[in-house]
Order: sequence, then C-alpha cells, then structure tokens
Amino acid sequence: MRLAALSLVLLAQPALANKVYVSNEKGNDITVLDSETLEVIATFPAGNRPRGITISPDGKELYVCASDDDTVRVFETETYRETHTLPSGPDPELFVLHPSGNPLYIANEDDNLVTIVDVQSHRMLAEVPVGVEPEGMAISPDGAFVVNTSETTNMAHFIDTASSQIVANVLVDQRPRYAQFTADGKLLFVTAEIGGTVAVIDVATKEVIHKIGFEIPGVLPEAIQPVGLKITQDGSRIFVALGPANRVAVIDGATFEVTDYLLVGQRVWQLAFTPDERLLFTTNGNSNDVSVIDVAAMEVVRSVPVGQQPWGIVVAPD
Amino acid sequence: MRIIAALALWGLLAAAPAPAETLIRAAVLRVDVAGLPPISRLDLPPADLGLAGARLGTEDNATTGSFLGQTFETAEYVATPETAAATLEEALAGGAGFIVVLADDAATLALADAAGGRALVLNAGARGDGLRGKDCRANLVHVAPSHAMLADALAQFLAWKKWDEWFLILGSHPADADLAQAFRTSAAKFGAEIVEERVYEDTGGARRTDTGHVQVQKQMPVFTQGAEDHDILIAADEAGIFAEYLPYQTWEARPVAGSAGLVPRTWHPALEAWGATQFQNRFEAMAHRPMREEDYQAWLAVRIIGEAATRTGSGDPARLREHILSPEFEVAGFKGQKLTIRDWDHQLRQPILLTTGALTVSVSPQDAFLHQVSQLDTLGKDRPETECSFP
Repeated sequence: MRLAALSLVLLAQPALANKVYVSNEKGNDITVLDSETLEVIATFPAGNRPRGITISPDGKELYVCASDDDTVRVFETETYRETHTLPSGPDPELFVLHPSGNPLYIANEDDNLVTIVDVQSHRMLAEVPVGVEPEGMAISPDGAFVVNTSETTNMAHFIDTASSQIVANVLVDQRPRYAQFTADGKLLFVTAEIGGTVAVIDVATKEVIHKIGFEIPGVLPEAIQPVGLKITQDGSRIFVALGPANRVAVIDGATFEVTDYLLVGQRVWQLAFTPDERLLFTTNGNSNDVSVIDVAAMEVVRSVPVGQQPWGIVVAPD
Repeated sequence: MRIIAALALWGLLAAAPAPAETLIRAAVLRVDVAGLPPISRLDLPPADLGLAGARLGTEDNATTGSFLGQTFETAEYVATPETAAATLEEALAGGAGFIVVLADDAATLALADAAGGRALVLNAGARGDGLRGKDCRANLVHVAPSHAMLADALAQFLAWKKWDEWFLILGSHPADADLAQAFRTSAAKFGAEIVEERVYEDTGGARRTDTGHVQVQKQMPVFTQGAEDHDILIAADEAGIFAEYLPYQTWEARPVAGSAGLVPRTWHPALEAWGATQFQNRFEAMAHRPMREEDYQAWLAVRIIGEAATRTGSGDPARLREHILSPEFEVAGFKGQKLTIRDWDHQLRQPILLTTGALTVSVSPQDAFLHQVSQLDTLGKDRPETECSFP
C-alpha cells in the first residue's frame, strides 16, 4: 500500500513538463499541450485571428496578437483567464518581448508601424514607422536592437531600442517573414518566404554575409517558402520551417550548409523549442496539427491535432 | 484629367543616413471605351478602376523608398481612344519614364509604338495573344495575363477533373474570337475535346436593361439545346455580352466556365492565402471598395518599377528597365511564389486564380503539370511556341 502510493507520487511528477501554447488563426483559440505527454490539456478562446504568441520570462503571462481585434490579449497561464489587453496598434501580427520582460515590440501589419508597449503600465511608449507590411520581430540578446522585417519592402529594419529610431535597413530577398539573433548576438538570420532563402546578417556591419538556399528532390522550388526559424543556444544548428514544402530544414550553424530535411505536417510556419532543446514543435496550418521533432534523433516523433489553422507557438519557460 | 499622386516621405523620419533624394516618375493611363454597362450592376466600373491600384503601389514604393532616399510619383490620366495619343505625350512631357497602360489590345499597341524608346510601357489591361505574339514590342511588358494563360489555367483544372468534353460558346466580337482560339489551343494542349462550338451573336438585345431575366430564361436553354454530349460549357465572352446569363439557364445540367461560372483571373477580392488578407485590407482602407483585377495589375506594374528601383538603388529609367528585363528580376505579388518576366515575349509569369462569385476554387498551375524551367510556363505561350521576336 505504502509502496504503491510512493510510486504514484513519483509518476505524478514527470521531470520538466512544460506547457506548449499554440495559436489557432482560424479557430480563434489557443491549444495547450503538455510537453511530456504531448497530450492536449486545454483549449481556451483568444479573440479574433490569434497569430503571434509569446510568454513572459517568469512564465506567468501569455501574450497573444488578436490581429482582427487590433489588440494584444494577455492571459494568466495558471488559469487561462484573460486579465487585460494591451494597446497594440492595428492588426498586430508578430511581436517580441525585451529579454527583461518589458517592453513588448509589436509589428502592425496593416499600418507599416512597430508599436512599443509597456506591459506593466499597459501604455504605448512609441510608434516607429517601418516598411510595408511589417511582420518578423527579433531582439538582440543585449536588448540594444529590435529588428523588424517588412514583407513588401523586403528589408530588415534595425531599430535602436534606446532612441526608438531606425539605424539601419538591410535589403533581403522577397517577403521576409521571420528574424532571430544568435545567442551571442553576432548574427541575425532572416527568412524570405517568396525569395526562398535565409539571409545571414552580420550584426556588427549590418551586411548580408551569406544566403542559404534550399533544394528538395521531388518538391517544386516554388513550394519551398522559409517562414519560422529557430537557432539552438550554442548556435550549432538552425531549424527553418519551409511552409508548403511541408519540411523543416536543418542547417549547420558553422558552415550554413543544409544537413537534413524533416518531413512534418502541411504548411509549416512557426517553431518552438522546449527550454532544454530536446524537442522542437512546429505549427502546421493546413493539416491543423503540431509536429514534434526529437532534436537529438533528428526525427519527427509525433503529430498532435490542435485547432483550426495553427499559426504561432510558444513553450513555457522552466 | 491629371491628378498627381505625389508621395513625399510623409514624415517618415527614419534616423538612418538619408542618401540624396532620387525621384522616380511614372504615369498610369487608362483608356476608356464607351459601351453598354456590364450585365450585372455588381460589375459596374468604379471611377478609379485601376488607378486606385496604382496609387497603392506608389504608396508602397514610397514607404520602401523612404529608407533608400527614393521618392515616387505616379501621374494619373484617363483618356478615350481619340485622346490617348495626346495624353501619352502629356505624360511623357511630365517626365514619366514608365507608363502603366489600362486599355484594350489595339490602344495598348498604339501607345507602345508611340512611346517608342521614350518609356517602358507596362500593360496592365490587355489580354490578347497577338500582343504577346506577332505584335509584340520590346518596350512593352505584360503584367496582365494573356488569353493563353487564362485558358491554360482553366484547362489544367478541367483536365484534373477529367471534364474533357467542352461545349464552346463564343461571342461575336474580335476579342471573343481571340479568347476562343486560346481555349481551342488549350484543349489540344491538355487533351480536351471541343465537341461543339456556337457563336452567340451580339444583336444588342436581351440585356437586363430591356428584357431582363424573363427573356434570358427562355433564350438560353434554346440557344444551348441539342449540343453534342459535353461535360462543361466554356464561354468566350470578353465583351461581356452573354456569359453571365448562362449558369443555370443551360439546356443540359452542366457547369459553365470561362467568362462566367468558374472564371480564371489574376485577382479576386475574397483571396486570403499568401498574405492576401492584409493586402486586401490595405487596398480597401484606401479605396473604400474591393480590389479588382485591373487594380491588382496596376499595383503590380507600379511595384515592378519600385522593386527595380530598390534592387538597383537607381532612379535612372534605363537602368531600371534593364533590371526589369534581366533574369535577376523577381517580384512578390501575394501569389505564394516569386513572379518573373519571360524574356521571349515580356509576359509576367504568375499563378492564375480560378474563381466563382464568392471564392477562389483553385489556383493553376495544377500540381500535376510539370515543366523543366518554371511550372508557371505551363500557362501560356512557352518559349518554343512563341511568335514573338524582338529586334
């Protein structure tokens, strides 16, 4: 009797389970997965056209771009209760939190603006005019630069976080969708959906130093559309979601060579690691599921059905 | 009629070092032909048809240009066939190095010839295959799709459906004949058979303004009666005289495609894929109406100029023209892939939407049709078939 109870307690405490939050663009809700069991543990409404999704560094607040509501909705991760909204500017699509957890930098797709919002006072701090259809948002690890990518202007705009002014514009290929800095802050990777490439930008010189292309046997080149991108903490591997090519490309961080293509669900868009980088999750907009990649094995180990047209994804910190 | 859509930097005070300002001048020239109103009042042309698209393209170019020290100006002109030549001279005198033309085949060709070496003409309206074939011009780029592309886009879908017996009904206007010929070529190319052809004579009657639906309900079954067995009716009605009357009024219970029913188009206001939603939103916020094909094509023409200016960092029309016609040129147009220009006839490659009144049903090229160079070259006249030869 006693023994049994003990083992139950042990079983009930799996090591490091994290909640995984998926925004469903057409379903207007958030699906919550458990990163250990890979089961859906909750679904809750999130306003109209939820897309960009992120979480506070302490894991207590979940931020969701409700694009068609022209607002950012904030949820308590414990209860999934909406606590308040943030003035996001029109049509918020993607955003990035300052590493300290404040402020929030939001791309307003319809208005060619980046809006900066204080998440504590809930006030708008500044609006920065950028190129046409701002989308991707990245912040340098030291918080010095925020980068926005504009999809029709085809630039990565470097915004100085101290002055809220653009300090450099780097031309990349057609329709830049997503940007991320390496953890050492030296490189910035920008995906170009229609250009079919990933630009590697040297942060010091603000110049494109390399362009990564993709080629998959049996897949039309037009279908290869890089969107989401994630870099491991050590910079050794870069994962790129290739949209309707239904694959995630794996890139060697030292040589920028593509080493693998992992078959996932249909129209793969955004990616998220677990904090230990053991698993990588992908949102697959056309097959309404999330693929789970075992990073060490470089294998897709599971597909989990979520809501309608999953778009963004974030994993809670430990 | 001259309205300058001058777009300055509207206070875009980016702190990036601003290079010396370069002005890129273009004009959009629409040539309106007097005629009957369309069959459906939903299709009545707005006064700013096409011009609104060019305006949005100029705004987009100006926003990008603000980071590169480039400003864009697009003068807007509306002319008749009689005043088109003089209006072109006015646009050229105003310094436009690029003329976006929304006109029929004949007017487009005349304007291209009149412009000669003085400007690159971007055709955003005319769809005739002759204009890309024996009448092609080196200073003319076709943003509008050709009849051959539209017909091939539909034919690929029908081949996939295995609806390969077509009953072709064409109108009595010259542009109808051109479109009908494109359907015949497409049928042969994709293994369909035109089992019967009939010509619907435009006698000027049976329009909603006079006889209305009562007459249509009696005329169309009789007109389509007794045709050879067919899977689908294909209407070639560029003049917009009869095709909209066909669905549900045919003798046999068969679907209609072509100029009515399932219609191949470059744009549809319900398109949501490939980021189109935000583009539709931007257009509607500016123009207060849904975007039409003419607007999309004019927007794309202006974006082609802007993209060349961005990539070359130049405002010199000759330099931009060279880039636009080079193999390096590509532009995004909310179609899920880059759009490029064929060097053999200057036709822009682009996917074609197959649409009903409310939705995009499919997009061609269909997956199964492959090509050794670009899948988009399965639509329209490919290099070996072209009748175009530039001097």
